[in-house]
Amino acid sequence: MTTLAPSPSRVRAITSRNISALRSGPEYWVTVLSGVFEPLMYMLAMGVGLGSLMTSGHWTVDGKEVSYLQYIAPAMLASAAMSGAVSETLIHFFFKLRYQHTFEGMLATPIRPVDIVAGELLWALIRSAAYIAVFLAVIATLGVTTPARALVVFPAGFLVSFAFGALGMVVATRLRGPQDFDAVVVGQLALFLFSGAFAPLSRYPEPLHTLAALLPLYHGVELVRGTAFGHLSLALAGHAAYLLALGVGCLTWTARRIELGDD
Amino acid sequence: MTGERVISAKGLAKRYDAFEAVKGIDFEVRSGEVFGLLGSNGAGKSSTMRMIGCVSRPTSGELRVLGMDPVKDGSRIRGRIGVCPQFDNLDPDLTVRENLYAYSRFFGIPRAKGRRRADELLEFFEIADKAHGKVAAMSGGMKRRLTIARALINNPEIVLLDEPTTGLDPQARHLVWERLHQLKRQGITLILTTHYMDEAEQLCDRLVIMRSGRFVAEGSPASLIRTYTQPEVVELRFASDDLRALAEKVDDLGRVEVLPDRLLIYTDRGNDVAARVRDRALGPSSVLVRRSGLEDAFLALTGRDAR
Repeated sequence: MTTLAPSPSRVRAITSRNISALRSGPEYWVTVLSGVFEPLMYMLAMGVGLGSLMTSGHWTVDGKEVSYLQYIAPAMLASAAMSGAVSETLIHFFFKLRYQHTFEGMLATPIRPVDIVAGELLWALIRSAAYIAVFLAVIATLGVTTPARALVVFPAGFLVSFAFGALGMVVATRLRGPQDFDAVVVGQLALFLFSGAFAPLSRYPEPLHTLAALLPLYHGVELVRGTAFGHLSLALAGHAAYLLALGVGCLTWTARRIELGDD
Repeated sequence: MTGERVISAKGLAKRYDAFEAVKGIDFEVRSGEVFGLLGSNGAGKSSTMRMIGCVSRPTSGELRVLGMDPVKDGSRIRGRIGVCPQFDNLDPDLTVRENLYAYSRFFGIPRAKGRRRADELLEFFEIADKAHGKVAAMSGGMKRRLTIARALINNPEIVLLDEPTTGLDPQARHLVWERLHQLKRQGITLILTTHYMDEAEQLCDRLVIMRSGRFVAEGSPASLIRTYTQPEVVELRFASDDLRALAEKVDDLGRVEVLPDRLLIYTDRGNDVAARVRDRALGPSSVLVRRSGLEDAFLALTGRDAR
C-alpha cells in the first residue's frame, strides 16, 4: 500500500487544513515565531558578542578564512531549518496522532496514510522555508552572505528541513507520551551543540569526533556552510546524499507504520 | 428491504493479537434501511463499524461495501460514506465552520461548493450561530451535532453512526433523533450502534444483537420483542425483601424474573395476571402492567449481569 504515490489534491487539502489552523488564532503563531527567534538569538549572541573576542585565523571554510559570525551563521540556519521541521512533524504530528485524533478523522475520508505523511511533511517544509528565508534576509543584511549566495543556500537548507521533517515523524510515532518530549529536547540540544556549529569537529577528541560526524545535523551544517562560503565539491554532494537518504528512508517507514497502525 | 444491497458480509471476523473482537458474522444491508447493531460494551459493534468504514482490515471473511472491496478500494468507498465515530474527533485547532470546510477538502469537494455545503449543514443542525467559534466552546450536544454534520459533508449514501447520542441530555438526544429521521426520509442508509433500546426501537428498521463478537438475534424491533419476550410485563414490588420466596408463589403465572427490588412476570395477558396476583393476597406494595419493550428482549438475550 505504501508504494502508492500521494495524491496532490489530498496533500493540498491537508495543507489547507493547516493554513486554517494557523489563521484561527494566536496560539499557533507563538510556536511558529519562537522557532525562528531562538537560532537568530544564538547567532547574534555568539557570533557578534563572543565573536568579537575570537582571534582570527581559526575559522576557515574550504581553506578560506571567515569571521566567527560567518562561521556560525550557516550552522544556525541549518539548526533553524531543523527545528522548524521537527516542531511540526514531531510535536504537532504527535498531538494530532495521539491526542487530537486528527488523523483518525482524516482517515475516515478518502485521505490515505501516505497522503497524511506527504501533507504534513509539506507543511513542515513550508514553515522551514519561511524560517530559512527570514534567516537569509537577516544574514544578508548583516553582510554575512550575499543575495546571490543566498539563492544557493536556500535549497541546501531546504534539504536539511526535509531530512529532519521525515526523521521527526519517525520519532513521533515512537514516543510513548509527552513525557518523552524532555528526551527530545535534550536530543535536539545535543545535535545543536555537537554538530560542528560552534567549532570544527576536528577540535573534538575521539570518539566524540567520529560520533558527531555520524549525526544528521553535522551533515546539514557542513552542507549549508559549504554552499554559503565554499565551492561545490564531492564532500558537499556526500552530505546532500546522506540527508536525502535519511529523509526518504524515514518517510517510507512512517507511511508504513501509520498504514498498519490499527493492526 | 426494498433497495439494492449496499453492504454484505460473510464470515466477517476481526482479531487483535489474542483478542477476537468479531467472530464471523453474516449480514446484508439494503439501501434506505436503518440497520442497528446492539450489544454490551466489547460485543464487537465498533470493530464491525470500523471494518465497514474501511479503516480496519478484516482478519478473515468477505465484506463488500457499495459493491467494492474495502481493502482494495478503501479510499473510494470512504468517499461515498459518512462516519460519526463513537468519540468525537473534531479538530480543536479549527473553528466550527472550518471543521466542516476542511472535511469537504478531504473529500475533494470544490471550494465554493464545500463552503455552501458547510453553511447548509450548520443551519440543518442548528449550530450556525456557533460557526466562527472554536469547538471547545460547544456543549456535548452541539459537538455531536457537528460530528454528524461533518459525516454528511460529502452527501454520503451510507452514514455510520457509532453511539450517536451517548452522553447527551434528553433535549439534545431528541434533536439528534429528529435529524436522523429526516435523513432516513431522504433515503440515506443509516447504520447505527447504540446502548439505548428506545433509540433502536425508534430509529431502526432492522437490528442485530451482538454478544462476544457474534450475532445472537436479528430482526425488526417488533419481531425481536415478539420472539424473545412476552408482549406484556407485570412488575410487582413488595415491602418484604424475600423476593425469591414470593417468586415461587407466582411462578405458575408466567416466566418470572427476580430483580433486587421487584419481580417481573412476562405474560401475554397482563391485566389477567395482575388480577390473579391480587387474588393471592401476597400484599404487593405496587402492581404495574406495561408493554414489553426491546430492552426486555435484549436483557432476555444477553443477561442482566454487567460484564
